[in-house]
Amino acid sequence: MKSLEELAKIRERMQNKVVLREGQANIRVAVGMATCGIAAGARPVLNTLVEEVAKRNLNDKVTVTQTGCIGMCRFEPIVEVFEGDKERVTYIKVTPEKAKEIVEKHLVGGNPIAEYTIGAAEN
Amino acid sequence: MIRSHVLICGGTGCTSGGSQAIGEKLQREIDRLGLTDEIKIVRTGCFGLCANGPVMIVYPEGTFYSHVKVEDVTDIAEEHLLKGRVVERLVYKEAEGLKLEDVPALGETNFYKTQLRVALRNCGVIDPENIEEYIAMDGYQALGKVLTEMTPQEVIDVMKKSGLRGRGGAGFPTGTKWQFAAANTADQKYVVCNADEGDPGAFMDRSVLEGDPHAVLEAMAIAGYAIGASKGYIYVRAEYPIAVHRLEVAIGQAREYGLLGEDIFGTGFNFDIDVRLGAGAFVCGEETALLTSIEGNRGEPRNKPPFPANKGLFAKPTIINNVETLANIPQIILKGADWFASMGTEDSRGTKVFALGGAINNTGLVEIPLGTTLRHIIYDIGGGIPNGRKFKAVQTGGPSGGCIPASLLDTPIDYGNLTRIGAMMGSGGMIVTDDSTCMVDFARFFLDFTVDESCGKCTPCRIGTRRLLELLNKITEGNGTLEDLDKLEELCKYIKANSLCALGQTAPNPVLSTLKYFRDEYEAHVVEKRCPAGVCKNLMRYYIQPDVCRGCTACARKCPVGAISGKVKEPHVIDTTKCIKCGACIETCKFNAIVKK
Repeated sequence: MKSLEELAKIRERMQNKVVLREGQANIRVAVGMATCGIAAGARPVLNTLVEEVAKRNLNDKVTVTQTGCIGMCRFEPIVEVFEGDKERVTYIKVTPEKAKEIVEKHLVGGNPIAEYTIGAAEN
Repeated sequence: MIRSHVLICGGTGCTSGGSQAIGEKLQREIDRLGLTDEIKIVRTGCFGLCANGPVMIVYPEGTFYSHVKVEDVTDIAEEHLLKGRVVERLVYKEAEGLKLEDVPALGETNFYKTQLRVALRNCGVIDPENIEEYIAMDGYQALGKVLTEMTPQEVIDVMKKSGLRGRGGAGFPTGTKWQFAAANTADQKYVVCNADEGDPGAFMDRSVLEGDPHAVLEAMAIAGYAIGASKGYIYVRAEYPIAVHRLEVAIGQAREYGLLGEDIFGTGFNFDIDVRLGAGAFVCGEETALLTSIEGNRGEPRNKPPFPANKGLFAKPTIINNVETLANIPQIILKGADWFASMGTEDSRGTKVFALGGAINNTGLVEIPLGTTLRHIIYDIGGGIPNGRKFKAVQTGGPSGGCIPASLLDTPIDYGNLTRIGAMMGSGGMIVTDDSTCMVDFARFFLDFTVDESCGKCTPCRIGTRRLLELLNKITEGNGTLEDLDKLEELCKYIKANSLCALGQTAPNPVLSTLKYFRDEYEAHVVEKRCPAGVCKNLMRYYIQPDVCRGCTACARKCPVGAISGKVKEPHVIDTTKCIKCGACIETCKFNAIVKK
C-alpha cells in the first residue's frame, strides 16, 4: 500500500458488498420465491434485480429479498416494492427484461410502471 | 451476483458447538441447490450471545437463528435461502411464545439494544480473515490519517484528551503511558500487545482477536508511530488457537497489502509485528513478567520502577497495551477524542466489554458505556438468573477482583466505583452467583487458582497465598475458629502490601470482599459449623424427618456404611458419626423424608 488512494479504492469496492449486512434499506423489493414462483421463473428475475441494483450502486437504498407464496400463484413471478409509507406496488408475471425496466423506471426514476402491476391485470 | 450473506459465528463458543461443520454442510447444500453464485457464507467472530450458540444471521433480511444444529441446515437452505421462508422454529425469540412477526430485529432485542459496540464493532459483522472487509469498515483509515496528517505528539494529545484508560485491569491512562515512552530517546522502542487473558471466565480479548484482528494491528502501528517504535509483539496464549490463527492470517495479509512492513503509505514509516505464544501462566499477564517471557526467560515479574516505558522489552522503552484498549484506538482517531469522551463517566470514558458467565441466562459478551449499573447488565442485558434462583453476588475482575453483593447492584460501573467497593474492573470477567453458592467456598476457589499461578519469586505471594488457602480450607472443613477470621484479614493485608507484582497484590481481594459483605456466612461456618448454601461437604448433615418417615427400611438397606437404624414402620435415624454423606439414602427414599442441612 503506497498511497491512501489505493486504500480508498479497496474500501469503495468492498463497501458495496458489505452494505448488505446493514439490514433493510428504505426500499425493499421482495420476490415471491415459493415453489410456484420458482416454477414460473422467479430465480432469473431475482438475480436480475440483484445485479441491476448493484450495477447502479443502489445497495444503500434498495434491499432485494425473497418472500414466500402470497397466494396468487397464477400471477407469479410476483415482485413487490415497499417504500416507506407509500402503498406497496405489486408487479406480476415479471421477466428479467421487465425487472430491468422496474429498476430503471421505478427504483431509479421513482415512477411505478402501471401496466405491469396487478391492478392492470384486473382491469 | 451475491444477493445474500449468511454470517456464521466462528468464535470459540460457537465453534465448540459445531459451527464449523454447520458452515461446511450449508456450503454443500448451497452448491446442491445451485445457489453458489447467489449466497455467500461469511465466518465471523463472536456475536455475543454465546448461550444461544451456534448462531447465524441471514442478510439482507437480518434473520437471526440460534441453537442451530447440523440437522437444521437443510431446512435453512431449502426453505429460507431457496424459497425465502424463514425457518420459524430456529428464530431467536427473546421471550417464549412470541409470534414471528413480533420478534424484534436483532439490534432491538433486550440483549443488544442498550449495548454500545466500539471495541466489538466488527465482531460478528465482518470476516476476520479477509482484510478487505475490514477496509470496507473504514479499516486502516485511521493509520492513514495519522501517518499523513498528524504529528506523533498530536496523536498522543488525542489519546490523552479522549480519556481512554487501560482495559487490562489497572486502568492507567493510555495517552500518559504513550507520552512517557515517546519522551525517551532510544535506538529501538517496542509496542507490545498484552493478549495473555488468563482470568477464569474471561473471554473479551479472545473475542476481539477472533472477530477483528486487524483493529489490533492497526492500533499497534498507530502506537508505534506515536512513540517512535518500529517493532511490535503480540503476546497471546497458545490456548487460543483460533485467535492465534486469525492473527497470523491478518498479519500476513497486512504485510501483503503493505499496511505492515516498510514505508507504509509511502510515508517512510516502518512497522512490523510478530506473535509470541505464551504457555498459559497467569502471571505472564502481568506486564513485566510478560516482557521477561518475550525475552525468552522464565515468566517472572520484575520490580517497577524502572517502568517499561523507560526500560522495558530488551531494556528498551516499551508500551504495553491490552487488546481491548487497542481495539478502541482506530475509532478514537477517526471520530475524535470528544466523541469518545462523550461516552462513559467523568472518571472512566468510553465503553467496556464484559464476559458474562456463571448463573446468568445470557452467557456471553456485552459492551456497554461505562457508568451502566450492574443491575442493568445482569437483569436487562443478561436476562437475569436462571431456574428462578436468587441473585447472590457478582465477581468482577476474576481472581484479582472482589465480589459485589445485591445491595450494591445499583452502583454505576467505572474504575473508581469498583475499587471503592472493594472489587476491581480487572479485564472484564463477570461471574454471577446465585444462592446455591457458598461464598467461603467461592473465595477458596479463586485462592486455589492464585496459589497454583503464583510464580514463586516473592515470599508474600508464594507462601502467603498458600497460608490463606489453608485457613479457608480449615473453615470449609468445619475446623475454623473466630480467631481464624481475624488472622485471614491480617494476612490479606500483609500480602497486599508486600507482594512484588499485581498478582500477589490483588490475590487477597476475593477473601477480603467476601469477608466484608458475607461475614455472616463465614461465621456460620465457624460458630455454628454450618454451611448456609449447603455446599461444604464436611458441614452437611443428613437428617430424616421423623414425621415424614414411614419406616420402610429402604434407606437402611441401601446405606453402604450401615449408618441408618430403626424399626420397621417406625421413623429411622442417621448416625452422623458413621455417615459418609454419599447421598444414596436421599435417592432411595420414596417419601422425600431425608434432607440435607
